[in-house]
Amino acid sequence: MGQTLPLFPEQASTMAGRVDALYFYLLAVSAFFATLIALTIIVFAIRYRRRSESELPRGLEGSMKLEIAWTVIPLFISLSFFFWGAKIFFAMHRVPDDAVEVNVIGKQWMWKVQHADGQREINELHVPIGRPVRLTMTSEDVIHDFFVPAFRMKQDVVPGQYTTTWFEATKPGRYRIFCAQYCGTKHSGMIGWVHAMDPGEYQTWLSGGAASESLASAGAKLFQRHACNTCHRPDSLARGPNLEGLFGKQVQLADGRTLVADESYLRESILNPNAKTVAGFQPIMPTFQGLVSEEELLQLVAYIKSLSKPQASPSAQLPPSNRAAPPTPSGKENPK
Amino acid sequence: MSAAVHEPEPPEPRDNYLTSAYGVRSWLLTRDHKRIALLYLASINVFFFLGGLFALLIRLELLTPEGDFVQAETYNKLFTMHGVTMIFFFMIPAIPAVLGNFFIPMMIGAKDLAFPRLNLLSWYIYVVGALFTFWAIVHGGVDTGWTFYTPYSTASSNSHVIATAVGIFITGFSSILTGLNFIVTIHTMRAPGMTWFRLPLFVWSSYATSLIIVLGTPVVAVTILMVFAERVLHLGFFDPALGGDPILFQHLFWFYSHPAVYIMVLPAMGVISELVTTFSRKNIFGYKFVAFASIGIAVLGFLVWGHHMFVSGQSVYAGLIFSILSFLVAIPSAVKVFNWTATMYKGSVSYRTPMLYAFGFIGLFTIGGLTGLFLASLGVDVHVHDTYFIIAHFHYIMVGGTIMGYLGGVHYWWPKISGKLYPEGWAKFAALVIFIGFNLTFFPQFILGYLGMPRRYHAYPEEFQVLNVMSTAGASILGVGYIIPLIYMVWSMRYGRNAPANPWGSTGLEWKTTSPPPTDNFETPPVVTEDPYVYSHEEVEVVG
Amino acid sequence: MADAAHEHASAGTPPGALQHHFESMAQQKDAASLGMWVFLVTEILFFGGLFLAYMIYRWANARAFAHASLHMDIALGTTNTAVLIISSLTMAMAVHSAATGRRRLLIGFLVATMILGAGFLGIKAVEYTDHIHHHLFPGPGFHYPVPAEAKPAELFFSLYFAMTGLHALHMIVGLGILTTLLLMARRGRFTPEYHTPVEISGLYWHFVDIVWIFLFPLLYLIGRHLH
Repeated sequence: MGQTLPLFPEQASTMAGRVDALYFYLLAVSAFFATLIALTIIVFAIRYRRRSESELPRGLEGSMKLEIAWTVIPLFISLSFFFWGAKIFFAMHRVPDDAVEVNVIGKQWMWKVQHADGQREINELHVPIGRPVRLTMTSEDVIHDFFVPAFRMKQDVVPGQYTTTWFEATKPGRYRIFCAQYCGTKHSGMIGWVHAMDPGEYQTWLSGGAASESLASAGAKLFQRHACNTCHRPDSLARGPNLEGLFGKQVQLADGRTLVADESYLRESILNPNAKTVAGFQPIMPTFQGLVSEEELLQLVAYIKSLSKPQASPSAQLPPSNRAAPPTPSGKENPK
Repeated sequence: MSAAVHEPEPPEPRDNYLTSAYGVRSWLLTRDHKRIALLYLASINVFFFLGGLFALLIRLELLTPEGDFVQAETYNKLFTMHGVTMIFFFMIPAIPAVLGNFFIPMMIGAKDLAFPRLNLLSWYIYVVGALFTFWAIVHGGVDTGWTFYTPYSTASSNSHVIATAVGIFITGFSSILTGLNFIVTIHTMRAPGMTWFRLPLFVWSSYATSLIIVLGTPVVAVTILMVFAERVLHLGFFDPALGGDPILFQHLFWFYSHPAVYIMVLPAMGVISELVTTFSRKNIFGYKFVAFASIGIAVLGFLVWGHHMFVSGQSVYAGLIFSILSFLVAIPSAVKVFNWTATMYKGSVSYRTPMLYAFGFIGLFTIGGLTGLFLASLGVDVHVHDTYFIIAHFHYIMVGGTIMGYLGGVHYWWPKISGKLYPEGWAKFAALVIFIGFNLTFFPQFILGYLGMPRRYHAYPEEFQVLNVMSTAGASILGVGYIIPLIYMVWSMRYGRNAPANPWGSTGLEWKTTSPPPTDNFETPPVVTEDPYVYSHEEVEVVG
Repeated sequence: MADAAHEHASAGTPPGALQHHFESMAQQKDAASLGMWVFLVTEILFFGGLFLAYMIYRWANARAFAHASLHMDIALGTTNTAVLIISSLTMAMAVHSAATGRRRLLIGFLVATMILGAGFLGIKAVEYTDHIHHHLFPGPGFHYPVPAEAKPAELFFSLYFAMTGLHALHMIVGLGILTTLLLMARRGRFTPEYHTPVEISGLYWHFVDIVWIFLFPLLYLIGRHLH
């Protein structure tokens, strides 16, 4: 019966219970007021029904006390909804420190998932339970949306920029992924599964499968191929900022603004280099628009992030940037 | 079930706006606001049933989890065309262009609107826009969703985006000119003695609606122009491949489209104020509060558009601001619901059909409005955004709310418009069928939405089927419910009993003239000496 | 009943000027004025969307926008600004002439305004042709001398053509309105008591002028400090 007529989604993430609690509060208050109003109307409609065509009632026409009461009370109730909802929203946007990094690229009509150590998936996402997972996402064409109802998680996936979200799965199982932003003909076919696994099984899964290169090492190759190192170098011949240790740091721009060098800044600087030039450098970097795909951009970003490894959070799967050989099952170090 | 009055059937009035001239030209070149209202009534009904047909096809497809009734592309076009026809060609014009056009001049004691020729032009602009869109429908339709999100609509869709966009752009000017006409009329053409606080609340709602129309519609017009420019001329405003930002489109689009929902609901609220007072035979409770609530909704309605974009990539802080403002905009609506309810207290409540629609409106609008609070809550909205929960929410307000208000208003004013009475028994029956059909259609969708069924899905996972079948069953009932009034209203034009000047015993200037009214509305221009809704001439209590 | 309504029409009002649904000329004039003001508010919102897009994209690409703006012909742009300001003067003089019953002056000033308006459009046509010739019209034919700034520059030009194009469209409509006024003036339709169409058309013309006053610095002047 549960499968033929489910009435409530399962809770499979740390946020799910919190969202549901707020939902039940909203439901309870709404049901209360809806019933109150409905009953009042029914009672009035019956008690004061017209008994003769010529009757002319006299009655209350106004009451400042009532007007204030039924303005202020809903206001306070609304504020309670607001604060609780805002609190959850903040938590949804504050990624915990030790998150597993995963990239998601949406394209009509499939999900391409890339794990940091190189594992790729199509329309599936394997994750460990009990650890936060951070998704960095972009689209290759139109706006999509990555939605996992069981996690109460949803985030638009936008072309031309990165959006991020995170979740922490709490119980092993298979949970549906839906695209939740209309994207054309096969929008309703752009679905998949999250496979949440016990940590041991997850490790097995990670190290199995076709050997593949980590994102960061693929990014290192691209960095060489596009000759980025001719300008971005640590010595005096540098014509661009040194990228070592850059990720996550505050950067001062030529126009006086400061910002944090995050994934979006790195991506923008590769595609539209002179929009946010670093102070002290000339705006001479050429654009790589059209020369790198979204996947390659994510690899470059992963590489540049790896150059900040000591400062960045211990993301276990990032190998040193000069190591290209894939790990063999026996020789693989325990990532933790 | 008997006729509304106990007097013998009155004779047809000798000369009225319907009989003053005959022939197609006298209708197509009319400057009479009442005839123009009927021109609109005919055209919007065409689009209502067309939009309803699309809805029926959608619900038929959703009977089964597989996409087996129509192809995916066709389905995408169906839900797009359902949204476009219903919103732009039915909901937005319906109450203002039909009931507003007909009754605002009468309610303020004027002979016509300020700009009668502009009024006729508005209708022609509507028709031209509608024809563009109709052309697009007939030639294969549009599949972008009524929201036209970029870059799908500018770079990816290969359907008739331009024709539809042009159709909506043109029709937008019909809306703007109507709003402009109403604002100028209400400011400059009130009869002697008709001060602002003696205006019927329908006029206040129409005024607030008109403010939204003139401020909001131009923004969506220029946004459509930019979509056109991007798609046809490759001027890159919203496509990242051309250097643009797709989220800018969303901001510009929703800056109009959120206030648009208040364009759709405020006039209906105005109707309800008229119905509740007439059919409780009592003055409205808290007149000024209801009047100012309309203005409050109009103003606050412009500040909340970002609540459609909580997961778009918009910043967390923007989300917070839009969330709290969205809670604030709910308050004036709640105030209205309480005031309507209080109006019935110690009143003389009649169960005539218009009042049944008013009951339906208050109940269903309350549910729809309360679910709006769920959506304003950031934490919950993340989960239910772009699911059937949203669809249920806005249909409760638009259909359970506005369309019920529209039908209530049409029934209420039908004797004045046509000079005929509709059959009360059938009318009550249809109202009941509509209420049942509506709830069966849309309540299951709340459950589906929280379960996670996304909107605009042609095929869906099996476990959602039972609820979808319930919803489709409800939709069939609802469809039947809507056809019944069409039949008996048309029937009544020929065979209905003649209506007296004031069948409901209502206050209001429109009831002080004949049914139907003469072309100039009043035999002698009225002078207003008392507040609206004065049913009892004894001292009335105002507490606290 | 018509007599009662026309009681309020004074001696100088042409016959038939008072429309039958109004109670008095004063009410009719009030309505016409308010109508034009409300319409102009809608126009502000209409242009507003484009101005918003401009503001956002310029904020994100300040340097590229400034560089792109250097491709505008400052001489032609300044000339056009002067042309429009003078046309607003002639329009105001036209309204004044109507208000003081000077039919010939009214016609003269209307014609002057139209000539200036047409001149504006002519100069714009020259500018557009020039831009297109230099491959600065967005789209497949766009070619920009600084490849690294090509995308934001193309955005700038998209906004340039859209905003000035929309403005030019409003100018053309304005010329149509002025033509109508001219024909009405020649037939003696305006008197000191009744010249509302001239007044409200003046409002429209001034509005279109003011839009240009905003467009000119945003499109032509933002890069001049770099020159």
